[in-house]
Amino acid sequence: MTKQHANWSPYDNNGGTCVAIAGSDYCVIAADTRMSTGYSILSRDYSKIHKLADKAVLSSSGFQADVKALQKVLKSRHLVYQHQHNKQMSCPAMAQLLSNTLYFKRFFPYYAFNVLGGLDEEGKGCVFTYDAVGSYEKVGYSAQGSGSTLIMPFLDNQLKSPSPLLLPAQDAITPLSEPEAVDLVKTVFASATERDIYTGDKLEIMILKADGIRTEVMELRKD
Amino acid sequence: MKLDTSGFETSMPTIGFGSSNDMLDGFSTVPSFDLPRTTDFDGFQKEAVQMVKPAKGTTTLAFIFKEGVMVAADSRASMGGYISSQSVKKIIEINPYMLGTMAGGAADCQFWHRNLGIKCRLHELANKRRISVSGASKLLANMLYSYRGMGLSVGTMIAGWDETGPGLYYVDNEGGRLKGDRFSVGSGSPYAYGVLDSGYKFDMSVEEASELARRSIYHATFRDGASGGVASVYHVGSNGWTKLSGDDVGELHYHYYPVPPAIAEQVMEEAAAE
Repeated sequence: MTKQHANWSPYDNNGGTCVAIAGSDYCVIAADTRMSTGYSILSRDYSKIHKLADKAVLSSSGFQADVKALQKVLKSRHLVYQHQHNKQMSCPAMAQLLSNTLYFKRFFPYYAFNVLGGLDEEGKGCVFTYDAVGSYEKVGYSAQGSGSTLIMPFLDNQLKSPSPLLLPAQDAITPLSEPEAVDLVKTVFASATERDIYTGDKLEIMILKADGIRTEVMELRKD
Repeated sequence: MKLDTSGFETSMPTIGFGSSNDMLDGFSTVPSFDLPRTTDFDGFQKEAVQMVKPAKGTTTLAFIFKEGVMVAADSRASMGGYISSQSVKKIIEINPYMLGTMAGGAADCQFWHRNLGIKCRLHELANKRRISVSGASKLLANMLYSYRGMGLSVGTMIAGWDETGPGLYYVDNEGGRLKGDRFSVGSGSPYAYGVLDSGYKFDMSVEEASELARRSIYHATFRDGASGGVASVYHVGSNGWTKLSGDDVGELHYHYYPVPPAIAEQVMEEAAAE
């Protein structure tokens, strides 16, 4: 009997790109607001950025239904943490939680490509980048999603800092100031929009600092 | 024909996902995972793996010599043809006297090594003594055996120093566990073996051994596209492990094969001196 393959897949890719850059006392998280399926646009105004805790913001591209489910799980685990520890989760703690949450669905993965941005315990910016099953790494900057292969090489060129694995250790702080980082993000998305059909419409930028979160919106090409 | 799915059922209690108390207890039993409800589990796994394309492609090596164990690895993670990271930590510090190397799926290796670290600590607390390298590698091998055939990709070496001296074991996702003196794992391992085997002697000093390990990784990164980044070298001695070096392989190339200055430049310098 010939093997029959399923005509239905539980996954879909809604496209989009997410970027995060960490600085000495800030973190910039940005994502476009286009949600698509195949060649159709489902929404021009869908936010891919979600605040999980005061100092931790998650941005995910991929299959938005899985992303929504993932956010629900993380929100509820964070609430339990707050009840048990009487404080908000720090960004590195949230990073580990996200990794474990993703890995617990190792055999039926969340189709979500995540970037977690925030401030660590000392107030320095930190960005964590993930694959779909939970492997993660603390980095200075990252891009995920359909436009990531267009954006990462440019960020490497502008921001590349010495690898944390080098011995003797070299300082890896990005010398970029906050306005420069925001400007870089806007430039990078404008370019990605030109060459990636799934990126465009609007750009949402969240800037996290010790005193709070600020949001900026920029128009992108709608074609 | 009714398919035998008994291999998918776990005899261990299921961990409820919502409550964090269960999560803590769960590490003393086999964690249980959500499985998709399909008739074609293997086909689904194949497609799921294609879709998420876990990061792999690597060179890692470890060998035992007179002064202990030398462990080295590159730091590149690739997803298909795209380099997803040049700074992955492939040598995982399980505890101050034991190291694990990562090859295969990055998430699989990170998760199971962390899980192994927790189990080793629980063993220490329960038995008031450190776990042996043999014991730690067996714990990992048994865990991986229970997930055999489900698509995990783990090719790891557990290196450490315990009461019997230096120990090195190779453990993989098939549940295989081998004791040995020299191993190299990953897509770049054939190249690393070539350099490692030809230069290996049991009687080496720490400097000679670390230089051999570094050169083996460098040569593997030179020829294997899926390996690169930073070559890290660790030494495990009777007092635990220490990181000896971390060098960018691009710079190592010019260190081993410096480019001689062009003849024309030399002539001009001589003319200026006169």
